[in-house]
Amino acid sequence: MRAALLLLPLVLTACKQEMAQQRKLGTHAAAPFWPDGTSARPLPVGVVARGALEHDRALAEPPPVTPALLQRGQERYGIYCAPCHGLVGDGDGMIPRRGFPRPPSYHTPRLRAAPASHFLEVITHGYGVMYGYAARVEPADRWAIIAYIRALQLSQGAELAAVPEAREKLP
Amino acid sequence: MRDDLDASAPKDAVAAQLFPPWATLAARIALVSLVVLPLGLLGLLMTLQYTPYITGQSITPDQPVPFSHEHHVGGLGIECRYCHSSVETSRFAGLPPTHTCMTCHSQLWTNAAMLEPVRRSLAEGRPIRWRRVNELPDYAYFDHSVHVRNGVGCTSCHGPVDTMPLMRQAAPLTMGWCLDCHRNPAPHLRPESEIFAGHWAPPPGQEARGAELVRHYGIRTEHLADCSVCHR
Repeated sequence: MRAALLLLPLVLTACKQEMAQQRKLGTHAAAPFWPDGTSARPLPVGVVARGALEHDRALAEPPPVTPALLQRGQERYGIYCAPCHGLVGDGDGMIPRRGFPRPPSYHTPRLRAAPASHFLEVITHGYGVMYGYAARVEPADRWAIIAYIRALQLSQGAELAAVPEAREKLP
Repeated sequence: MRDDLDASAPKDAVAAQLFPPWATLAARIALVSLVVLPLGLLGLLMTLQYTPYITGQSITPDQPVPFSHEHHVGGLGIECRYCHSSVETSRFAGLPPTHTCMTCHSQLWTNAAMLEPVRRSLAEGRPIRWRRVNELPDYAYFDHSVHVRNGVGCTSCHGPVDTMPLMRQAAPLTMGWCLDCHRNPAPHLRPESEIFAGHWAPPPGQEARGAELVRHYGIRTEHLADCSVCHR
């Protein structure tokens, strides 16, 4: 009888799911306590978030342009910009083809002459119908994208004399 | 006593037997069942754990908005990270805020009834309550960033998302399934350029390439199946 009692806990295991569903809020968990219903809280007014100063510094200082930066820019451009601006920056992306207002080409005289700070401002805060990408593109990546946009601008207006070895590849 | 028995015997010989003739068979069946039934029940319970009913595999939960990865990823070619932007830097891949949806839908399908919850979410500042598709128990630690930065691609766990009109759980997400890869990651590893590829199958030379990728990413395979890797 006593032996059977000892076995009883074995039978009762896995009756509750407290290990699987612990009493804590996971990322983006619902929390009815707050009016917006989410456990993800906005920062209180006046708070300086951890990393905010580095963030501001990275925005203020453009990094040196290196092949690695351009590659990073190409990758980020492909993710966040190409859907609208197109892979060559002419504004012929898939989303404008589906009816979104077509963005201007980077190869217009206005945008070729625009300073890097203009592109930084547009990526950060948006422009016209374009939303800002501050939440998705880190400051260092914004500079990388701008460097890549410059490379695109160069590519669309390059002189053949600048790359003599390209001549034999042309038809 | 003895006389009583003898006296009744001629009248009703069968009634004198305590057990009917089939009792022996019944006793044998009972003895066998005593062993087989509990074992069978245990086996059934253990098998049930691996059925989609318990693991949730292939289950497509109803969502407040019938978002189609097939349309957005497969059709429009939007990259995974356009919405799941923290997948490379954080434990959590990132569920896009309503702001991300409205990047396009402030201009496209602005009157679609299907998107009403999205517009209401933006207007009221209340997030859309999506239902979780891939859920791990709280005692299992999982980090997206360490996987995508070390050669594990999205589709290895999430399946061919770009062909799913509605999101479903592609993998069983059982511990055995995790361990399959943690004990032998090489067959699943991809180079950096293929992590976010929509369709991926191991190329012909994967055996040699996988071993090379283990070295390339510096994966310490001897510790990959330690308890504390996932239970901490």
